[in-house]
Amino acid sequence: MARLEGARSLSPGQCAVVLTVCAYIGLVLVLPIVALVSRAVAQGPAPLLAAAGDPAARGGLVLTLVLAAIAVLANGIAGVVGALVMVRQRFLARRVLDALVDMPLAVSPVMTGLAFLLVFGRGGWLEPALGLLHLKVTFAFPGLVLATLFVTFPFTLREVAYVLAELGTDEEQAAVTLGASAWQTFWLITLPNIRFGLGNGIVLTLARALGEFGAVLVIGGAISGKTQTATIFIYNAVEERQEPAAYAMALVLAFASIALLVVIEWLKRRRSAEN
Amino acid sequence: MGIRVSNLIKRFGDFVAVDNVSLTVGRGELVAFVGPSGSGKSTILRIIAGLESADSGSVYFNGEPADHLHASARGVGFVFQHYALFRHMTVAANVAFGLRVQGVARPERERRVGDLLDLMGLQGLGQRYPSQLSGGQRQRVALARALAPQPKVLLLDEPFGAVDAKVREELRHWLRKLHDEVRVTSIFVTHDQEEAFSVADRVMVIQRGRLEQSGRPDEILDTPATEFVARFIGEANVYETTVHEGCAAVGRLRVAAAGLAEATAVSLVIRFYDLKFWRDDEGIATVVRMTTLGDRVKVEALIDGGVRIFSQFPRRSSLLHGMESGCRIHIVPTLTRFYPRGAGGGSVPAADPAQTPEKARPILEYPANSTAF
Repeated sequence: MARLEGARSLSPGQCAVVLTVCAYIGLVLVLPIVALVSRAVAQGPAPLLAAAGDPAARGGLVLTLVLAAIAVLANGIAGVVGALVMVRQRFLARRVLDALVDMPLAVSPVMTGLAFLLVFGRGGWLEPALGLLHLKVTFAFPGLVLATLFVTFPFTLREVAYVLAELGTDEEQAAVTLGASAWQTFWLITLPNIRFGLGNGIVLTLARALGEFGAVLVIGGAISGKTQTATIFIYNAVEERQEPAAYAMALVLAFASIALLVVIEWLKRRRSAEN
Repeated sequence: MGIRVSNLIKRFGDFVAVDNVSLTVGRGELVAFVGPSGSGKSTILRIIAGLESADSGSVYFNGEPADHLHASARGVGFVFQHYALFRHMTVAANVAFGLRVQGVARPERERRVGDLLDLMGLQGLGQRYPSQLSGGQRQRVALARALAPQPKVLLLDEPFGAVDAKVREELRHWLRKLHDEVRVTSIFVTHDQEEAFSVADRVMVIQRGRLEQSGRPDEILDTPATEFVARFIGEANVYETTVHEGCAAVGRLRVAAAGLAEATAVSLVIRFYDLKFWRDDEGIATVVRMTTLGDRVKVEALIDGGVRIFSQFPRRSSLLHGMESGCRIHIVPTLTRFYPRGAGGGSVPAADPAQTPEKARPILEYPANSTAF
C-alpha cells in the first residue's frame, strides 16, 4: 500500500528499509561486477589481445560455447516435450517427476561431477558397456556434455511449463476443430504461444552453461586444450598467477552475461506488450 | 446436416455430467441448450464436437455414426466461451486458419476471409490482433473463424457469456440473422433463458445431465413438462401442498384442483405473470413490497397463513390502482400447474421425453379463465 503512494511520501522507517535493500544489492550484486570490469579495463587492451592469441584461452572459450549450444538444443527440445507431458498429461508418477526436475538446482555441481564419475568413470557402473563401445566419457568431451546437460536441465522445462499452464488448451482445441492435425496444432499454435517462455528458458540455459564450473571440473579434469572450459581457464590462470589472462576471460564472460540479461528484459517487455 | 445423439452418458469421477441423453437436431435448425450451470449442456456440446469422449452412447451425423471421427475430421465449427482466438495471429490469419490447414490456396483463402469479415461487420479490422478488439468484435471473429471452413454444424458454447448485456443483445440479433442467411445446423449453449427463447428455433432444457424438455419456445413456455422446467423458465411461485376437497390450499389462497385425488401430494407452480392482485380490504393477503423494474412492477405479498407470493404487472396496469405497501389484496391465479411432488428434483426417469411423455407432463394444468377479468 505504502509503495503506491509514491516516492515522495516515504516515512523515515520506509526510507531506512529502501536504503538497506539498495546497500545490500550494491554490496552483493553490483560491487563485484564493477570491481571485475574496472580491473579488466584498467589493465588496458593488451592482455585481452594476448588472451585472444592464446590457443588455450581460445580453445576454452570455443569449448564453452559448443557446450552451451548443445545444452540449448538438447534441453530446449527435452524441455518443450517434458513440459507438454508434465502439464497436459495426468499420470501416476507425475508428482515424483515434477520434484525430480528441480534436482539439478538443489544438488551441488561438484557432487554432480562426482556422481557422473561413479557411473562412467573407472570401475563405474557403465564402464564395461563404454569399453565395448570404445567410448571415453570421463576426462573427455562427452563427460562435459553430460555434466552441462544435467545442470541446465530444469530451466527450459520450468519456463515452458509455466507458460503452458497459464495458456490452457482452448486455442489448441479451436485449432483442432478447424481441422488442424496434432503436428499443425503444435507448430502453428502451441509453439508460437510458448515462444517467450522458451526464449527465457534458453537464455537461462545459456547463462548457466557459460558459467558452469564445478561439475565440468570434476568430470573433465581440467585438461588444457581438451576439457578446459572458459571458467576452468580463469581458475587455472588465477592459480598460475596469470591474472591479466584471468581478468580478460572473465570480462568476456561478464559481457556475455550482460547481453543475456538484456535479452531477458527484452523478452519480458515483448511478453507484456502482447498480453 | 442433421445430428442425432443417443443414450449419451459421461461421468467425471463420481459426478454424472451427462445422464443418458438422447436428442435430435434437424438439418438447418438453430437449437438452444438451456439449463443452470453445471447441468451438463456444455459437455454434450463438446462430445458432439469430439472434444470430449462419451463413456457410452453415440453421436450420429446425418444418420452416420461419428464416434470414431477425430474432432479435426468432424467438420464442426466450434465457438468457445472465451473466444480462444489465436493471440499471435491477426484477425485475418485467425479467420483463414481453418482454410490454411486444409490446404486451400491463398487467393481463394483471401477472398473467403474478405467475404466473412464483411458478413460479420469486421471490415478493416483484418490486420488487427485479438488484443486490440472489443469483446463483441472478438466474438464475431471467433464466429467468422468457425464458419470459414464451411462447417456442416456450428456449435457455440455460451457464446455471449463474456460480453456485457448491451453487446450480448446485439450479438443475439447477429446470430439469429446470421443463421437465417447461412442456414447451417447450429446448437448453442446458454444459461440465459431469455437468450435461448429469443434466438432459437427450438429449445432443449437440460438439468443434472438430463434432457428435461425439448420444444419450440412457446411450447415450453405454455406447457412445461416438468416442475423443473416450470420453475426454471420464467419466474414462478412454487408451493408444496396437498389436495383436499378438490382444492390445494396455500395459506388462505385456495386453488382449484378438480380431478386430483384427495390427499395427493403436489407441487403447485404459479408464474409471476399468471396472477391477478387487486386492492380489497376483505382480501386474503397483505402487500409487503412493491419494486419497480423498468416497465414492470413486482409485488410481494404475504398470504394470510404466512406464505409469500410474488406477482408482476405492467407498470400502467389498472390492477395496481390504489395498491401500496401494507394494503390488503385479493389474489386470483389465472394459470396454475400441478406436478407430482418432487418430480423436479430429478426423480422423473426422463431420458427421451418423446418416449415417455406421460411421466413428464404436469398432472393438472388449470387455466382458471372463468375467473379472469
